[in-house]
Amino acid sequence: MKTDELIALLASSAGPVQPDVLRSRYTLALGWGAFGAILLMAILLGVRPDLADAVRLPMFWVKLAFPATLLAGALVAVLRLSRPGVQLGRVPAVIAAPVLAMWLLAGVVLLGAAPGERDELMLGQSAASCPFVIALLSAPLFVAALWAMKGLAPTTLVLAGAAAGLLAGAGGALVYALYCPEMAAPFIGIWYLLGMLVPTALGAMLGPRLLRW
Amino acid sequence: MSASEDRLKDLLVRGLAGDTSTYHAFLKELSAHLRAFLRRRLSRLPDEIEDLVQETLLAIHNQRHTYDAGQPLTAWIHAIARYKLVDLLRRRAGRDALNDPLDDELEVFAGSDTEASDARRDLTKLLERLPERQRMPIIRMKLEGLSVIETARATGMSEAAVKVSVHRGLKALAAMIRDEP
Repeated sequence: MKTDELIALLASSAGPVQPDVLRSRYTLALGWGAFGAILLMAILLGVRPDLADAVRLPMFWVKLAFPATLLAGALVAVLRLSRPGVQLGRVPAVIAAPVLAMWLLAGVVLLGAAPGERDELMLGQSAASCPFVIALLSAPLFVAALWAMKGLAPTTLVLAGAAAGLLAGAGGALVYALYCPEMAAPFIGIWYLLGMLVPTALGAMLGPRLLRW
Repeated sequence: MSASEDRLKDLLVRGLAGDTSTYHAFLKELSAHLRAFLRRRLSRLPDEIEDLVQETLLAIHNQRHTYDAGQPLTAWIHAIARYKLVDLLRRRAGRDALNDPLDDELEVFAGSDTEASDARRDLTKLLERLPERQRMPIIRMKLEGLSVIETARATGMSEAAVKVSVHRGLKALAAMIRDEP
């Protein structure tokens, strides 16, 4: 086929393009992914019985804000990486900021604690299961985010996969934070982060294979 | 260069809104820029140039919904052309060395070359391998130059079904090119 014939074929088959495809794909992905994560939590863990008491504690909101800000940063990264030729700019710094803030808070808490209490602040009661549960709850969002990205045009596939993974991880952590009874900043700075990094690493690994176009 | 950017951007934006003839003009003019751009980068593989021009045009067409009018067209086109170029080099890795294909200069519209050489890979042959439902409307549109509406009438499919079939067929075609040895 000559190039001119190809051009004629492409032009004649082209109708109007639906505007704002990115937004509609990611809205759909986030909606279904969040629904899946909440459903998964309700089935596997149930609803936290003392949730009504927990919402009165400031630390509960700090614990929610940590994955929520990471989710927002990852979403901006994912939107940018889905379009060819759009730079990430300062997004990596925006993503790093909540992590550094949580570590700073954790440092202050640890310094103010008696030496004997520090292990408890870092390990809590659920250090062994926390990252695993977060990774598990992020699975629906992980599939949904990669589906959304697959229909777009990422050109840096490792980075794009990692950003989609972080989006899913942060969403999973946000849902888990509603259930998890841990309240210490050092715990959250370590185990929540680790849980979110599992899908991030998985996304970076699978990106080049799954997102090619 | 910025005159080309403005002109092509205008053509594309109108094309995306559904104006088929400006979209045709956009692809036509773009193909000349792509050819010149890729010729400079594939000087050791002259046989591959036209194939890559076609593959890149197909990619641009298939991903055209990712273009945002607020974004410089040069950056969008360059990123796609570069992505397809790197993909080609990866497929051929180890067989040939190439001269600096990984630069980041945004100069896609700097040159123009309307002298198309023959493509080595025949897309018509690849089209034959598509499933019937995707192949038929594409073949009709290509060979007989029918529009979407005429193809719908000729094949007895609905207009929407023709569009979906062609869209899927062109995506499958891009995937075949990408995965060929």
